[in-house]
Amino acid sequence: MKKLFAFLLFGFMFFGLSAQNKSDLPNITLKNLDGESVNIAELNNDGKPFVMTFWATWCGPCVKEHNALSDVYDDWVEETGVKIFSVSIDDARSTAKIKPFVDGKGWPFEILLDVNKDLARAMNVSNPPHTFLFNGEGKIVWQHTGYLDGGEEDLYQEILKISK
Amino acid sequence: MKKLSLLIVFVLGITAVHGQDFLKKSKVSGSFQMDGNYYWEDKGIGITKEDINGEEFGAYGFGKLQYELGNFSAGFRFEAYQTTPMSGFDSRVKGMGIANYFATYDNGTIGVTVGDIYDQFGNGLVFRTYEEWTLGFDNSLRGIRAIYRPWNGVTLKGVYGKQRYYWAGYGEDVPTSEERGLVRGVDGEWDLNSSIASLNNSKFRATLGASFVSKYEPDTKLTVGEEQLIMPQNVASYAGRMNLGYGRFSFSTEYARKINDPSTFNNYIYNDGQELLASLAYSQKGLGMVLQVKRVDNMSFKSKRLATQNDLDLGFIPPLNYTHTHSLPSMFSYATQPLGEMGIQFQVNYTIPKKTALGGKYGTKLAFNYSQVNDIKRDSINVNGVNMLNQPGTKGYTSPFFAVSDHMFYRDLNFEIEKKISAKWHLTLMYINLYYDMETIENHPGAEAVKADFAFGEVIYKINRNNSIRLELQHMWDNVGPNETIEEGHEAYYTKRGNWFAFLLEYTIAPKWFVSVADKYNYGNPIADNRDHYVTGSFGYIKDQTRIAISGGRQSEGLVCVGGVCRTVPASSGLSLTITTSF
Repeated sequence: MKKLFAFLLFGFMFFGLSAQNKSDLPNITLKNLDGESVNIAELNNDGKPFVMTFWATWCGPCVKEHNALSDVYDDWVEETGVKIFSVSIDDARSTAKIKPFVDGKGWPFEILLDVNKDLARAMNVSNPPHTFLFNGEGKIVWQHTGYLDGGEEDLYQEILKISK
Repeated sequence: MKKLSLLIVFVLGITAVHGQDFLKKSKVSGSFQMDGNYYWEDKGIGITKEDINGEEFGAYGFGKLQYELGNFSAGFRFEAYQTTPMSGFDSRVKGMGIANYFATYDNGTIGVTVGDIYDQFGNGLVFRTYEEWTLGFDNSLRGIRAIYRPWNGVTLKGVYGKQRYYWAGYGEDVPTSEERGLVRGVDGEWDLNSSIASLNNSKFRATLGASFVSKYEPDTKLTVGEEQLIMPQNVASYAGRMNLGYGRFSFSTEYARKINDPSTFNNYIYNDGQELLASLAYSQKGLGMVLQVKRVDNMSFKSKRLATQNDLDLGFIPPLNYTHTHSLPSMFSYATQPLGEMGIQFQVNYTIPKKTALGGKYGTKLAFNYSQVNDIKRDSINVNGVNMLNQPGTKGYTSPFFAVSDHMFYRDLNFEIEKKISAKWHLTLMYINLYYDMETIENHPGAEAVKADFAFGEVIYKINRNNSIRLELQHMWDNVGPNETIEEGHEAYYTKRGNWFAFLLEYTIAPKWFVSVADKYNYGNPIADNRDHYVTGSFGYIKDQTRIAISGGRQSEGLVCVGGVCRTVPASSGLSLTITTSF
């Protein structure tokens, strides 16, 4: 039975790979810091590119990446109109801490809480930080795992390529 | 299984009807991770051929594939764990196969999932199934989940199934040792702001929720010592929660209760379990503060009453302490004590604004954290004229709700300053004061508690746009000195005691390359043989979503902890390779 299931999925895969016009945003609902539900499939930036980055409070490189993005964010928005959605995969231990943490660090991003890692699983994120760049139609045009100092510059080059 | 076949047939049906449309709307994705280890003998840190036991190679990997078509999605994960004695995994993790599969249909109002489910109710106090690859932990529920959202802001959920227990089968015919109970649960959540029009844009925010979870195990009689005890077939637990917010303030709390649930873990006592979690937070741009408290009393909740360690956990107890990631303090990570603990945490994050005297050009980030966890107070009970404490077959003890025991498990006070000095230089400094009750956390009877101070400093120098050098220095001052007299038989408690010094030097070429060398030196260990260097070298390459890292050297004994759940990893020496990717 399991084999059949796996076989069918492989079958689907070839169909799937042959023509992918669907947006890359999965049909998953997360909460934002105000407790409001946000349907990921409907995320957009009025036709402009946007970034989705996965992080956790316990992940050192993630915090570094967010600090670096936070430093350049105003300039990026001015130049390209890009928007950053920042998805925390912290578990229930930290849910109450995220808002004070984010505010205390002064991060200007729209924060989404993936407490159950539903979105991380759907986006195949194994280890944070993992950053995706979406074009205005919600298709992934670039992604990167890990963060090395200065890595935000490469993201910016990719954003420049697709913003008009 | 039949349900699953029906679902597949159903999907194939849709496929046939929609034809061309199907091709355009479908999406396939997946991920892959592989960790390989090669261990060698290293007499310097006491690793002998016998320890390795002929199993030099360890390999752990998974491959995941998923498929989406509109409201439908399905996927599976293949896992292979070739564990070895040096890897520190529970030996039952060993095995391979399709460990997880699921199919979901969700149209926004109704959602149904069959297969292996990861979900949680509220903070997870009475129900949380999740997976942590690094711990070899997976307590997913195989069965069915239904979600119904009748109105905006209202979510009702039901789950039914059996938990994953390493590689045990899910049928009725599993050996007695692998049997575990059926789990049934319902949860409701109501977000007032989304469902009441007049509150849509209110400064006041409120969410209410409640859950009920029950497990069923058929056997009712169990012999413990000389006594035959009657076990409850059904164990119910329930929880209520609320999140309130007004402007910059927020308050959230959850209370859970569990009826009598005698188990191996709680020494077969019959009293109810309860747990309270509460947080109060204030935040504005540049300043965030949060105060959290919790009380846990007899809240180990597993779908098998004979399960031990972290096996078959149904409820999750959120730890409140700060998670240390630096290599020295993380050797002393706190593991949650489900039988009883009272904890408090206070955290402040503050950014000194840019362009002020103290903030400088880029601002200065400050963080302060205090957390403490103590045992709960337990008073003996009178059973037939005899005073008893924690005896099997009794209610165990009484515990006044607000009383805290003097027995401290863990305390952490830390302070961090982070500052971008210029476009080239970045500095982080941290001080930590830690109390760590080794006796309780590592289950070492009679072990002396760790009272230690740590200093951490990190400097990053950006050579140019892509090239950076990072230097990390750490020191730990332990209360155990090099001349400590060690009680006979307690030598194993001193493998990581005494002063430590550590450094890490890393060179990175963003976004692709990194290379580092590090050493941890336990120079102040009271046992001369333990004064070892743990030198490691790492090298890695990242291309888009693919990451390859190789490291080699000595690994010190320690706990790998994620979310309060820990796994002990023995000291080892060898090479490791990790590859992760997704598509």
